Amino acid sequence: MMDMMRKNAWVVGLAVLLAVLLAATKMIQPSFGVSGLESIARAALPFAFATAGMAVVVIVGGIDLSVASMMAVCAVSAAVLMEKIAGFPAILIVLAIGLGMGLINGALIIFTRVPDIVVTLAMLFVWEGAALLILETPGGSIVNWLQSAIRGSFVIPGLPNALMLIIVCTAVVWVPIRRSKLGLSIYATGSDELAAFRSGVAVGRTKIIAYGICGLFCAFGGLSLAALTGIGEPVPGPYLLASVAAVVLGGVVLGGGRGGLLGPIIAVFILRIVRTDLTLMAVDPNVTTIIEGIIMVGVVMLGTAATLRGARK
Amino acid sequence: MSTVSTDPPLLRFGRFLRDNPVIPLLVFLFLLIAVLEVMRPGIVTPFRAGRDGLISSFWVGNLIKFAIPLAMLAACQVLTMLTAGIDLSAGIVATVAAFVCATLSSIWGVGPAVIIALCTGLIVGTVNGLGVGLVRVHPLIMTLGTGLIATGCLQVYQRLVINAGSEIPAFLAWLGTGRTVGMPNGLFVFIPFAAFIFWLMRYTGFGRLLFALGSNENAAKLSGVRSWQVYLALYALSGLIAAVTGLLYLGMIRQPSLSLANPLMLPSVAAAVIGGTSIFGGRGSFAGAIVGALIIRVLDTMLTLMQMPEGARTALFGVIILAVTALYVRITGTR
Repeated sequence: MMDMMRKNAWVVGLAVLLAVLLAATKMIQPSFGVSGLESIARAALPFAFATAGMAVVVIVGGIDLSVASMMAVCAVSAAVLMEKIAGFPAILIVLAIGLGMGLINGALIIFTRVPDIVVTLAMLFVWEGAALLILETPGGSIVNWLQSAIRGSFVIPGLPNALMLIIVCTAVVWVPIRRSKLGLSIYATGSDELAAFRSGVAVGRTKIIAYGICGLFCAFGGLSLAALTGIGEPVPGPYLLASVAAVVLGGVVLGGGRGGLLGPIIAVFILRIVRTDLTLMAVDPNVTTIIEGIIMVGVVMLGTAATLRGARK
Repeated sequence: MSTVSTDPPLLRFGRFLRDNPVIPLLVFLFLLIAVLEVMRPGIVTPFRAGRDGLISSFWVGNLIKFAIPLAMLAACQVLTMLTAGIDLSAGIVATVAAFVCATLSSIWGVGPAVIIALCTGLIVGTVNGLGVGLVRVHPLIMTLGTGLIATGCLQVYQRLVINAGSEIPAFLAWLGTGRTVGMPNGLFVFIPFAAFIFWLMRYTGFGRLLFALGSNENAAKLSGVRSWQVYLALYALSGLIAAVTGLLYLGMIRQPSLSLANPLMLPSVAAAVIGGTSIFGGRGSFAGAIVGALIIRVLDTMLTLMQMPEGARTALFGVIILAVTALYVRITGTR
């Protein structure tokens, strides 16, 4: 019960921090409004999906260093496919590719018995190479309706479409899983693999599926990346570092078994807004990188110190 | 492969290999070199191509030259992995050290530049050590974070010195590109370095503490090990090694840039892992990592020779790393 409270307290704290930051942004830039919010949400799209994928894998007790490469593969396959076939089937194929890549990652970890960091490190190269094979130089094209889908806010005025997309996509994938036996297995495997195995959880299968979900989120991320730029870019972006940072800031404990997807996604927005604020305050963008790193390390330090103190009590 | 656990001779063989992890790796290395020779006759043994010499000292020298920085960065990974950690800031630290040294050399002279460059490595390493040892942050996160901070600092610093120009200290260029009797001069740094790491891991109390903390941290703490001091010293040392590597690499490449040694980062982890160092701590050897670095460089040459598209080369590199590690895990039955 206490654990439950603390877990939720973290997410509530993040939400409060987000609200404070939004208010601060409004104070720095009085004209900050719907359009500013919309551009933040749009920039956060690929980060949010990468973070969601990473969060699932971290909850199951692993880590996936290949998220950025998988996103690159999905982005270029989307760009190549959409030149030839209609948008909707292309999206389905890309999602299937992402799921497949994730499942391959998971299966390799289970069947080779090589540690997850090493497997996904090797797969980082494999997927990066695959993306280059699909499309050597940035190119291809993305259907227009997908590009316009992440812009503006027509569904509900004031609520950016990009934000809606993040919420809907993660909810559609994650909520049914979280509520099912699979979700329980994922958390059980993450908190104590041996105990989960002894209570009859198919640990191997659970892990493979968790990596598959990560791949699926990466496909969403790749699609949104392609929609943002309008082309396919075969070189992986800076999503690995950013997703690990947001996952940890979002209250998911490295080692597994605790946390959810809501915290990490709020954390993504916090990190993006900090970046926007610093830009609005005319801070050198390079200093922004330093501040982001310090925030990431500082938050983790505080979080770990708090957990240690809690454990001692 | 599943017969390994049931078949006694094979099991014994596996156990033998586990005790001597370098042997199968050396066999694999020579196998790769043999394949390379078949692919391009004369590259290793010039007499077959009608030139003098049994073994091409040029080729071997080149192989060793490019394996040295990789092996030195892999030392960071081996040492930290012994305590179940990892140092993902090593590549960036090497870059920072190289850049600082190259830019300050033209302002303040070579001596202070080198000292300041080494200090940057020491500082980043110390911050890592404080985070991991005192605050107990996961090493992966801590080193990623400090790497990010260091990258930002480097970019800011670059704008301060953008007009100063850069200069490669002569002795670094000599170490990086010069040759003595066909062998790269980098060995003058690397051989004492490797001897130091061997001595550190095998014959000092510090080395034993690393193994003890990695095998069972609680047991080590209960027997009176002050773990935070060990972590602090370990990560500071790792940062220093990375800075030295950066200086050497600067001499090799002779072109300071903001991402000079970053491409070495992930291969250095791969070299350590191929070399039989367990990412879960308590088991590892630097000899294995050196052979691992050589293997990666031979693979590089091979993939370049095959004239495949860039993507296929990268992908194949990943597949081979995974295959070698998986095979290794299967044969020795360890993780």
